[in-house]
Amino acid sequence: MSEPFEPKIVAYVCNWCTYLGADLAGTNRLEYPSNVRIIRLPCTGRIDFNLIVKAFEMGADSVLISGCHPADCHYTAGNYHARRRWILFRRLLDTLGIEMDRINFTWISAAEGKKWQKVITDITEKTRALGPYKAYRELHEVAG
Amino acid sequence: MIEQLRETCRRLLDEGSVQVIIGYGDSLPGKPARPLFIRKSEDVDQLTWGPHCLPNLTAYLKRKEVKALGNAAVIVKGCDEKALVVLTKESQVDRASLHVIGMACDGVCAPKCAGCKMRTPRFADEVIGTPSDAEPKAGTRPVTLEDLMAKTPAERWDFWKGEFARCVKCYACRQVCPLCYCERCIADKNRPQEILTSASLTGNFAWHIARAFHLAARCVECGECTRACPAGIPLALLNRALAEQTEESFGYQPGMDPDAEPVFGSWKATDKETFIR
Repeated sequence: MSEPFEPKIVAYVCNWCTYLGADLAGTNRLEYPSNVRIIRLPCTGRIDFNLIVKAFEMGADSVLISGCHPADCHYTAGNYHARRRWILFRRLLDTLGIEMDRINFTWISAAEGKKWQKVITDITEKTRALGPYKAYRELHEVAG
Repeated sequence: MIEQLRETCRRLLDEGSVQVIIGYGDSLPGKPARPLFIRKSEDVDQLTWGPHCLPNLTAYLKRKEVKALGNAAVIVKGCDEKALVVLTKESQVDRASLHVIGMACDGVCAPKCAGCKMRTPRFADEVIGTPSDAEPKAGTRPVTLEDLMAKTPAERWDFWKGEFARCVKCYACRQVCPLCYCERCIADKNRPQEILTSASLTGNFAWHIARAFHLAARCVECGECTRACPAGIPLALLNRALAEQTEESFGYQPGMDPDAEPVFGSWKATDKETFIR
């Protein structure tokens, strides 16, 4: 472990807003950390909570979930459904003792390339300060 | 009360409107009652009732082999009936072809009985008995949610690691749950495999997160998952936490109001959260 720690961040983003926001950041040549792995899904309403668990299982240090602002959903209400789900899901993860600083939620529209740049920079720095998510990775080691 | 129950069941079977009674039968002395499926009126004397009648019998309604027996009459306590409300709301039970026999309950010595306000079933086709004025017989929880939430997140994580390390993935918590009725459970799917099948800590965390969350805003907290767990994992704590949040954020209590809109599948533009930037 001589290499310096580079956070792995998994971003589940919706196809219509945040993905286009990230795309806009790219076409505007805005620089942001390359620690983020973007996974594009049709809608935040499609983001199954198991995907978040899976990301941590597979070694993510932080997860970002991002979609359209309220009243902006391509499918009218996908983000409203998602919002209800995350209100409860966060409570479950908190009860289990999962580090809540590692799970981030944002609304980023297709016009917010700047915001995408800032969010990714902030999350990368925050995760760098938190260090690798050892607690979840140790689960693999205990019972093989 | 037992005689009245047996008489009712005998009448239902003789009338022919019901082909099977799902009720309680005595098991070993001092042990909780076992589920009993009565199909002939001469067998109704095997039915029992008392503070040992713990099982939530509505869990059997989802089973194909039970559905195949014909129209059912199910014996419920006030708490079990909440599961029926949710099942009806989710179109899993045809309430019209189901006969519900409600039992007035003086507590079954379970933790859920403390301060119970559901001692008389509200929607049963017939209710047998009246609850006594005494406090219901209740049990205590080894760990309460307050105890757990008083710990730091790292301590909570270690607590659950210790608990889930004992899980052998027998899925008794799923089988016994009246609201876990998917014909094909996500834990049994392998394309893609969302939940590792091995009883390793990783797989166990994934399973218990999925189990608890699939019951979010639906669980009526009958506590059967905890009772069925051979490893003694206090699974109901996770459901309790979700129920608390459901009530706080959406003012919704599963199984209480048959006409209330369920939390998932509906939404409001005014839903409040504090964590989305």
